[in-house]
Amino acid sequence: MTTIDTKKKPEGSGSAGAAPLLEVDNLHVEFRTREGVAKAINGVSYDVSAGETLAVLGESGSGKSVTAQTIMGILDMPPGHITGGEIRFHGKDMLKMSKEERRKIRGQKISMIFQDALSALNPVYSVGFQLAEMFTVHRGMSRKNAKLKAIELMDQVRIPAAKDRVDDYPHQFSGGMRQRIMIAMALALDPELIIADEPTTALDVTVQAQVMDLLAELQRERNMGLILITHDLGVVADVADKIAVMYAGRIVEQAPVRELYRQPTHPYTKGLLESIPRLDHKGRELYAIKGLPPNLMRIPSGCAFNPRCPYAQDICRSDVPPLHRISAGRGSACHFWETVMEGEVRG
Amino acid sequence: MAESSNGATAADLRKVVQPVAQGEPILQVRGLVKHFPITQGILFQKKIGAVKAVDGVTFDLMKGETLGLVGESGCGKSTVARLLMNLESITKGSVLYKGDDLAKLSGRALKAVRRNIQMVFQDPYTSLNPRMTVADIVGEPYDIHPEVAPRGDRKRRVQELLDLVGLNPEHINRYPHQFSGGQRQRIGIARGLALNPEIIIADEPVSALDVSVQAQVVNLLEKLQNELGLSYLFIAHDLSVVRHISDRVAVMYLGRIAEIGTDAQIYDHPTHPYTQALLSAVPVPDPDGREHRERIILTGDVPSPANPPSGCRFRTRCWKAQDICAEQEPLLQIRTGLDGLAAHDSACHFAEEKDIVGAS
Repeated sequence: MTTIDTKKKPEGSGSAGAAPLLEVDNLHVEFRTREGVAKAINGVSYDVSAGETLAVLGESGSGKSVTAQTIMGILDMPPGHITGGEIRFHGKDMLKMSKEERRKIRGQKISMIFQDALSALNPVYSVGFQLAEMFTVHRGMSRKNAKLKAIELMDQVRIPAAKDRVDDYPHQFSGGMRQRIMIAMALALDPELIIADEPTTALDVTVQAQVMDLLAELQRERNMGLILITHDLGVVADVADKIAVMYAGRIVEQAPVRELYRQPTHPYTKGLLESIPRLDHKGRELYAIKGLPPNLMRIPSGCAFNPRCPYAQDICRSDVPPLHRISAGRGSACHFWETVMEGEVRG
Repeated sequence: MAESSNGATAADLRKVVQPVAQGEPILQVRGLVKHFPITQGILFQKKIGAVKAVDGVTFDLMKGETLGLVGESGCGKSTVARLLMNLESITKGSVLYKGDDLAKLSGRALKAVRRNIQMVFQDPYTSLNPRMTVADIVGEPYDIHPEVAPRGDRKRRVQELLDLVGLNPEHINRYPHQFSGGQRQRIGIARGLALNPEIIIADEPVSALDVSVQAQVVNLLEKLQNELGLSYLFIAHDLSVVRHISDRVAVMYLGRIAEIGTDAQIYDHPTHPYTQALLSAVPVPDPDGREHRERIILTGDVPSPANPPSGCRFRTRCWKAQDICAEQEPLLQIRTGLDGLAAHDSACHFAEEKDIVGAS
């Protein structure tokens, strides 16, 4: 895994030495608005290999979705500006590619699943038409063959009676079924990488479990890379291989999934784990991280988390902590990660 | 809703003000039914069916307790809240507040009852009027119930309330957009508390909030309950939050209660297949546990409440379903053969204990 201070040394990679599919390297993005400049991403680095699931965890405003939009090349520019960094796909920097080259990657090599399927699908076209469009536009198929492919895809994502439903409109499907159609659309052109932005947040738990299982299974079958963007620590624990925790546009902690839950090394991660209620026992008062996430136009100096952090010292207010390398694939952007690591997680 | 009249006697009013002892039922819901008609035609509307949103719900809310109401979208949990608030008319059944039927009250007596049942809404962005200041939002209940706070006293009352919910009392002249999501939800809670109610109905009060802020609001609700002796009906779809805050939990499916009991009974000893499936589907933040947890993945979607299955409503998705489930509707009762914590009300012919969350 690549961290800021180890990024040139691939021997630290946790995933069997395979060259990563996608590398985000020291990415900076800001939004220039009338009220001021909002620094949405301040040096994010992560990578994903084929067959691997990276979960990007963060609260609203942490920059997790903006990173995804930048990778996809669907960031609104302006007001968005990429002010630094590289996004390498198979080793080639996508930010330096021409529009035409990027268009060939988008959808065919890297595709995206959005949170709200109802607003991501076009309400005035049937789902069959929207699925078939992928094949007529990108593969030059005839309408008739494309429709057959659409039915096949709907079958693959287990939509019952796909043949009869191919001409139905998005509003005629339930939330879970709509999300399956989104997945089908993302899979249509056999991409190597899927970015799923909160794919199950809008769904009920029983349906959420169905959709996550389906996604994980399809990923295994096709050996795709998956970037799962979410705020739900539970969903992450079930499917991810490794996790990057984001706060105020920075990665504050990066770790293989088990190690992160067993022994968080950043106070923010630790606070998050302690603040969620548990299903298997009642527990006492919840630990609450005090205060609020920062305004991106006025990110605190030093460590962005310092006003809310129980470990904060003077150094935290003056120096931005680098992502300290703890072990292979583990990093923490905290000056006091050793102290944090020693403390128990209160459940 | 009943029209305003002065039919209330002094005796009615006295009853409303009478205190209820801790642990006694303060709200009794009996066979609550709400059907929304489906109509056809424009000029001559003909009723062609009904969406059976709530179809026979019975439970008690005790003084000082938190009753959690969980279920997936469309199960009728929010409609129950609206019926208790008298925001929808009841099709059948009754809601008794300290023994008085809400539907039979009118005028001053009804107004007095409604003062005591208040609501906190889900979305702190749409439930606060953007053109009103915090002072106006939190103080508005006093326009309808001036007896609680006389005019000159309002500002002080509002500031007290803001302090109580952890907001800066000096911010009373700010507008909702100047606050974050968590702070807005605190404003919504302050408004709910303005009239010193006994019952708070909270409909998904934390589901729109970020994880780190969610814990702050849950802790606030618990603190307020301890300080003010409130009874909560806590409606949510997040089973972990419900377990944390609730004393008792009711699980709803398609307009009916599937299972009801204490938090330990429901979470550690669930007997209804739907509860078991629901619990097993909750993603647990513990990667070590994922191998030895049993997952029950339900097939299909929730059937339409306009045309629910005969007999047991869950039978179309249930792995235990037999012929009897289609013919006979299972009653919400304690099944024979179950003992200990498994012995609680469950609406399944084949109720059987199963440890899902691995609590032991």
